[in-house]
Amino acid sequence: MATTDTTTAPVEATAMGAATTKPQRSHLTRTRVRAAWMFLIPMLIVLAMVAGWPLLRTIWFSFTDANLSDLGSAQFIGFANYLEYYEGEWYGVLADGDWWNAVYNTLYFSVISVSLEVIFGLVVALVLNASFKGRSLVRAAVLIPWAIPTIVSARMWGWMMNDQYGILNDMLMRIGLISEPLAWTANPDLVMISVVMVDVWKTTPFMALLVLAALQMLPGDCYEASRVDGIHPVKVFFKVTLPLIRPALMVAVIFRLLDALRIFDLIYVLTSNSKDTITMSIYARQQLVDFQNVGYGSAASTLLFFMVALCTVLYITFGKVRFE
Amino acid sequence: MTKKHFKRLMGQVGLYFLVVVIIVYSVFPFYYAILSSLKTGAELFRVDYFPFSWNFGNYVSVFREQPFARNLGNSILVSFAVVVLSLFFGVTAAFALGRVQFRGRGVLLLTILGVSMFPQVAVLSGMFELIRAMNLYNNLLGLIFAYMIFTLPFTVWVLTTFMRDLPKELEEAAVMDGASPWVIITQVFMPLMWPALVTTGLLAFIAAWNEFLFALTFTLTNEMRTVPVAIALISGASQFELPWGNIMAASVIVTVPLVILVLIFQRRIVSGLTAGAVKG
Repeated sequence: MATTDTTTAPVEATAMGAATTKPQRSHLTRTRVRAAWMFLIPMLIVLAMVAGWPLLRTIWFSFTDANLSDLGSAQFIGFANYLEYYEGEWYGVLADGDWWNAVYNTLYFSVISVSLEVIFGLVVALVLNASFKGRSLVRAAVLIPWAIPTIVSARMWGWMMNDQYGILNDMLMRIGLISEPLAWTANPDLVMISVVMVDVWKTTPFMALLVLAALQMLPGDCYEASRVDGIHPVKVFFKVTLPLIRPALMVAVIFRLLDALRIFDLIYVLTSNSKDTITMSIYARQQLVDFQNVGYGSAASTLLFFMVALCTVLYITFGKVRFE
Repeated sequence: MTKKHFKRLMGQVGLYFLVVVIIVYSVFPFYYAILSSLKTGAELFRVDYFPFSWNFGNYVSVFREQPFARNLGNSILVSFAVVVLSLFFGVTAAFALGRVQFRGRGVLLLTILGVSMFPQVAVLSGMFELIRAMNLYNNLLGLIFAYMIFTLPFTVWVLTTFMRDLPKELEEAAVMDGASPWVIITQVFMPLMWPALVTTGLLAFIAAWNEFLFALTFTLTNEMRTVPVAIALISGASQFELPWGNIMAASVIVTVPLVILVLIFQRRIVSGLTAGAVKG
């Protein structure tokens, strides 16, 4: 650690002031950097234990025939869990139609729900950014869906969407939009819409709050100028506001996208085993726990991990653009 | 009334219309859950928009028909332990990452950010093996351990951004007086960090309280479950006879504390969320 003295010296020089002499300064810096590592090491050990090691083990399991009831006897079998050609047929996750169905469902769900969240999030943020009486009340109300546990919101909406006694069917029939009750969580054509509906309800607040934070940092003078020039507010929104908040919006979108790609609990509870909504996380857990096939399930988890890792790299790239 | 006045009035009406729509849309499902939880028997299967009965039978039966009190206790214990542990590791690490310049700091920060993006299912089999090896399967300690994967990176990240923004002069004075880094953290920074600690602690609490995948996979018996798993697994005589009254009562019980926390600390929560995402 002592080698880091030279790089930290300029910073410390300003911190210590001119009074301190050179040997003292480097001594102080050295103890400081050493203390910093002392403080970091416990956190890093915990992180390595809960994240690093289990991840490496999962990747290792994906190359074995491990079984849940007896993980110790796992044998290395190469890429067979991913893809294997055996007696004229392809096997493995990558050859499994159910896996690709789960990939399709996950991507479809992520794109649709995140797009809707962007639109609704923008609307809510613009409303919250306007000045009116009771604004903090609205902000509190908007936070409620965010705070409700996902499992609870899945249950609440599951009840509201009940095909016989649900209030959603009742409302829609009163308005006259539908003529007979719909089976929201059972009908193959509707399940995905139901899931998206609940997810949008639950996560729009998050999007709205991030957009609102960006809106509140905008300079007021360009709005003055456009008002003086008599430009229509809608045009101002698309020509001034949107470009200015785009970096923050991008970060929020990628954040949400990463969350949507790993979705598990909402769909698991709302539509249980429906083939039309099964996602990558549910598929992987099903293989791991329900079918006890740890090797195969780990291969699916590993694939999901690398997809999310790719998106994380994107996020960090965009995040950096904003930072500097 | 001039045209300009009329336009402004219409704008105001439109704004308030949107406000009402947003409030109703956000609050209605929770309102309807409360309303349903107060109905029993055949009343439950009639759609009502306004409360007319105040029957607390579901609240009694949810505690009688399953170990729901135990589940609540489990959730409270796990969430508090997770908050305390992540704040302890988070504050010390945030001091190092936010206040000291050293080589490898940027890489560490990026690693921590990366871990917070981990899909939980990606560590599921490795974590399962580890928890069984430590003999913590179907044990709350196992859950507390596993939950650190999502609360710790987040806590470190947000506390680092807060720590970085604290004035430098305070620390300089303490260093001049010969204070050690530990004294600086506990005596100088901690009093200033309270708001940040409350914010991150709250967010970590909510995350741990709501977690489902690990709690579902790493516990086996009813007595060891946390509330989200207990609610997800409430079932009736058959798949088509779910006890909706009980489910709604249980849902309201676990949500009310969160809603109260959100209403009290809404400013803090908003600042914590934006610090975690936008600034990062």
